[in-house]
Amino acid sequence: MSAPAVKSLKPEIALKRAWGPARLHPLPLRIMHWINAAAIVIMIGSGWRIYNDDVLFGWLQFPDVLVIGKWAQYGLQWHFFGMWIFVLNGIAYLGYGIATGRFRRKLFPIRLREIFATVGDALRFRLTHEDLAVYNAVQKILYLGVILVGILIVITGLCLWKPVQFSELASLFGGFQIIRLIHFLCMSAIVAFIVVHVTLALVVPQSFVAMITGGPNVNGGPALVAEPARVAAPTPVAEPTRPAAPTPDSSPSDSSQ
Amino acid sequence: MSIRPRTPPLLRPKKPVDQSVLKQNRKRIEAIDRRRVLRGTLSLGALALLTGCDVSEEPAVQSALRAVSAWNDGAQAALFRSTHLAPTFSPAQVVKPPRFNAYYDIQDVKPVDGAAWKLQLTGLIKDKRPWTLQQIYQLPEQELIIRHICVEGWDYIGQWSGPNLRAFLTHIGADLTAKYVYFVCNDNFTESIDMASALHPQSILATKYAGAPITDPFGFPLRLRTAVKLGYKNAKWIRTIEVTNTFRPTFWSKQGENWFAGI
Repeated sequence: MSAPAVKSLKPEIALKRAWGPARLHPLPLRIMHWINAAAIVIMIGSGWRIYNDDVLFGWLQFPDVLVIGKWAQYGLQWHFFGMWIFVLNGIAYLGYGIATGRFRRKLFPIRLREIFATVGDALRFRLTHEDLAVYNAVQKILYLGVILVGILIVITGLCLWKPVQFSELASLFGGFQIIRLIHFLCMSAIVAFIVVHVTLALVVPQSFVAMITGGPNVNGGPALVAEPARVAAPTPVAEPTRPAAPTPDSSPSDSSQ
Repeated sequence: MSIRPRTPPLLRPKKPVDQSVLKQNRKRIEAIDRRRVLRGTLSLGALALLTGCDVSEEPAVQSALRAVSAWNDGAQAALFRSTHLAPTFSPAQVVKPPRFNAYYDIQDVKPVDGAAWKLQLTGLIKDKRPWTLQQIYQLPEQELIIRHICVEGWDYIGQWSGPNLRAFLTHIGADLTAKYVYFVCNDNFTESIDMASALHPQSILATKYAGAPITDPFGFPLRLRTAVKLGYKNAKWIRTIEVTNTFRPTFWSKQGENWFAGI
């Protein structure tokens, strides 16, 4: 991950010919993202309907207007329909992330010191991106965390659906109500993630648009002509106040827009 | 062993990303203030309230959802392990009395007169003579201390005993290659299970709970108790057992509940 820009250009040109300009969010990823978004809405809305029939917490009942399915059996129908989309799409996403090396590149390594620094910034609403393509420690933890929670919610879901057929797996967690509780807590974590994720997407609408259009080009494209300033930086004409720093992207002072 | 640089994956971007978006949005990101975020979240919540209409009952949607549910029946049958036993528990964990479940309240239960009651047999069965309760009590009993899981989410551990269903079906000369075992109950409730589940070693026709005859609300004189189905599949107050190859919708599956309902 140290010097991605120094790689030879030939395969890249070939890639560009074959796939068109690579985007920040490649097409397969965008498709899977929106399929997942729909599946998650179905799973959470119908899950709340199922929950309401026998609540885990006396103080918590989801309002009828927020749940999917007027009656419990409709909630169950939606849940056991959505599960196939969520699981199959999730498997495709994990396969894609591993096969393309995207997870390794984007989510690792996670350094402890980095975490403390970014968590501090995040809590004060002072998160800044230094490089759009590189996640900060909080992003890494959130994305990795939500993937792991997504896996756990599927495993506990299987144990709730088939506590006898998968009794070996279910026995790892304990009683049926404990599995329900873990399943519920996973849902809560995903809802918390969605609140942050959607809020940030609405604050910066381009990030939302990028998940539809693909966002900025990664392999070439007009914007990249000025980019390889890492190697030689003879074009600071537009920003005369800035010295030719080795990492011009990271400079926070930019008022010329 | 030679060290060779790894070929980068085909789909991995070869150049860094165009960072101009950051510059364009830096002010916006810096201007995030908590109040506005909170206000925005509230409006989102309000928007969500507007979407509270349910399309599940639309005929097209409902038939699609039921088609998936029927497909899930097949998936569950494929997942079913005919010799895999459900976890069993100790008598100390048994909940007494059991928890009531039906499509009406416990005070509306109509008790069955055990002396007049007879179990009727129909369908693909060689010996269709009806059974009195005394005759059933004379059959060898099997005890199951198993978890009852309701589709609503609650569960409890119960102690049930009575003749093993497979042994009973064999005894009356039922066609064990038929597809379904169908139950008609005294409250006109109907339910059916697949033959594989009926033949599972932990499926019994229960007559007793915790060593004493089942009381009225829980299915006296005879009920199904199987470790491999959700609670609502366990027909109570059984009047007729039919062995058949014809699928007929049952009380709960007509309402849109999943028919297979295996656990």
